[in-house]
Amino acid sequence: MKKVIEIVDEIDTAKVYAELSDANSGGICVFVGAVREFTNNEEVVALEFETYKAMALKEMEKIADAAMQKWSLNKVVMRHAVGEKGVEEPVVIVGASSAHRDDCFEACRFLIDTLKETVPIWKKEKFKNKTIWVSAHP
Amino acid sequence: MNVLFFGITKDIVGSSEINFSDEFKPVNVAELKKQLIKSYPEFLKLNSLAVAVNSEYANDDLPLNGNEEIAIIPPVSGG
Repeated sequence: MKKVIEIVDEIDTAKVYAELSDANSGGICVFVGAVREFTNNEEVVALEFETYKAMALKEMEKIADAAMQKWSLNKVVMRHAVGEKGVEEPVVIVGASSAHRDDCFEACRFLIDTLKETVPIWKKEKFKNKTIWVSAHP
Repeated sequence: MNVLFFGITKDIVGSSEINFSDEFKPVNVAELKKQLIKSYPEFLKLNSLAVAVNSEYANDDLPLNGNEEIAIIPPVSGG
């Protein structure tokens, strides 16, 4: 099993090393996205994520496949959380392992950047007195 | 024709799914967008408005027969 692609309620950051580690990989690179307390100097109470799950999983598969074509990778993990997440909670984790570090470093950046561009997941920022769908309006 | 709505478009139409009457028969994706914008002008204010047909991003010229799974995809903001 070279790929792990999931939408989950909670992200367990401790699992990822075992998922990416293998005898042929001298390098493992992981990115974790978490909830930040302030956006434009406004205090965030929580973020709420929703998804079109069937399509999100398909799009994540495509990104993982593209990364595996582009770089020499042994394993790839892409996992996004849905539901309400508080400050410091992890919301997304992506990673790759490869024989040498250049491949997994570059692939990891590609995985998160492309996920943010194409995967149908939506984030609502909840502030003390308002909520905003992120990136919806200019 | 059944249409799924997500994110801000769900808030604009007030539902995650609408089963439109038989009069609502767009022949392709462009026509679908045009008809939806007519009913919900707030869609025009969004940064982008994509359509997924059978859970794949669809081009404007893709024909529709009404039996597909159609979803409205406002600007995504995962990560």
